[in-house]
Amino acid sequence: MKSVKIYSTPTCPYCIRAKQFLKENNVVFEDINVAADQAKSDEMVKISGQMGVPVFDIEGKIIVGFDKEAVKQELGI
Amino acid sequence: MDPYELIVIGAGPAGITAAVYAARKKMGLLVISTDVGGQAAWSGDVENYTGYQFITGPDLAAKFEEHMKKYDIRMKEGEAVVGLKKDGGIVNVRTAKGEYAARTVIVASGKRSRELGVPGEKEFKNKGLTYCATCDGPIFSGKDVAVIGGGNSALDAAIQMANIANKVYIINNTPELGGEEIVRGKLENNPKVEILNNNRVTQILGDGTVSGIKVSAGERERTIPVKGIFVEIGLLPNSDFAKELERNELGEIKVNCRNETNVPGIFAAGDVTDVPEKQIIIAAGEGAKACLSAFKYLSQH
Repeated sequence: MKSVKIYSTPTCPYCIRAKQFLKENNVVFEDINVAADQAKSDEMVKISGQMGVPVFDIEGKIIVGFDKEAVKQELGI
Repeated sequence: MDPYELIVIGAGPAGITAAVYAARKKMGLLVISTDVGGQAAWSGDVENYTGYQFITGPDLAAKFEEHMKKYDIRMKEGEAVVGLKKDGGIVNVRTAKGEYAARTVIVASGKRSRELGVPGEKEFKNKGLTYCATCDGPIFSGKDVAVIGGGNSALDAAIQMANIANKVYIINNTPELGGEEIVRGKLENNPKVEILNNNRVTQILGDGTVSGIKVSAGERERTIPVKGIFVEIGLLPNSDFAKELERNELGEIKVNCRNETNVPGIFAAGDVTDVPEKQIIIAAGEGAKACLSAFKYLSQH
């Protein structure tokens, strides 16, 4: 299984939906709360070149927003 | 290929409910939607959907989706409808990826955030400018930000940001803020908040990311340095493709109490219509009505 990170905020509905989606598909992921961690927030902006959540980091492949098709493709599900 | 009996455009509360009803009636059905859940999926807390004393928008949207996916429904997700045309007894639905035909259609495509339409807006979208304060607000904690708008959602965004930002400007193009009085009072008394009434946004400034906003009050124009901009100026109906359908001055599709549009066989439901109230439970009920009307239409034609 590929390593999956998701940069999110606790209040963001798209993030909640994205995490629901990963759980439903039994994908293990690291949830990074950028609301609580300024350094991680900066890291997200740096790797994604933008300031919106959620951002997926699937073994270095960056996906901005809850783009279900792109995530599915990258994870092979 | 034979036309479908019903195509539902949109998968928010109205579209999903229509689809569930259609599936239970075993109608030949296709659902076409850019997303699943619609605005319900990005609502905050929902406390007025009967049966749930409290549920979050995303959770309710997940319940809707789960209910729909219980049935074997053919679905095109991630496709936006760009054309809708009735020809003979058949309605043709066109997306960027293909063309589909059906004997009846329910338009339940909902609403989207209204945009400012000023220079810099597209360039800096998600680079400091966002239409979802609930989502991206926390990224701007400790910074100076601007909230554009003067209605309830703008005020909610301003309250949220006043808790975490360094300074919040509210840019409102009317003489006074709207929204609820109690919320307005909280903002007016908050030293972190500066309210600029009668001000219009003229440009979004930045270099890579947002660095400021240009506003004008009559002749006077000034630049306010901010890192984050939250646009909360209301919603627009997703009815641009429905050119054959009668719409009101807001662009909402006109329907009667049976969810019929001016074109026989084409129905509409939920926030994209001129139904008087925009609520999740109303959209769901309208979706059910529209499906039953389409079912009746099929049995008579």
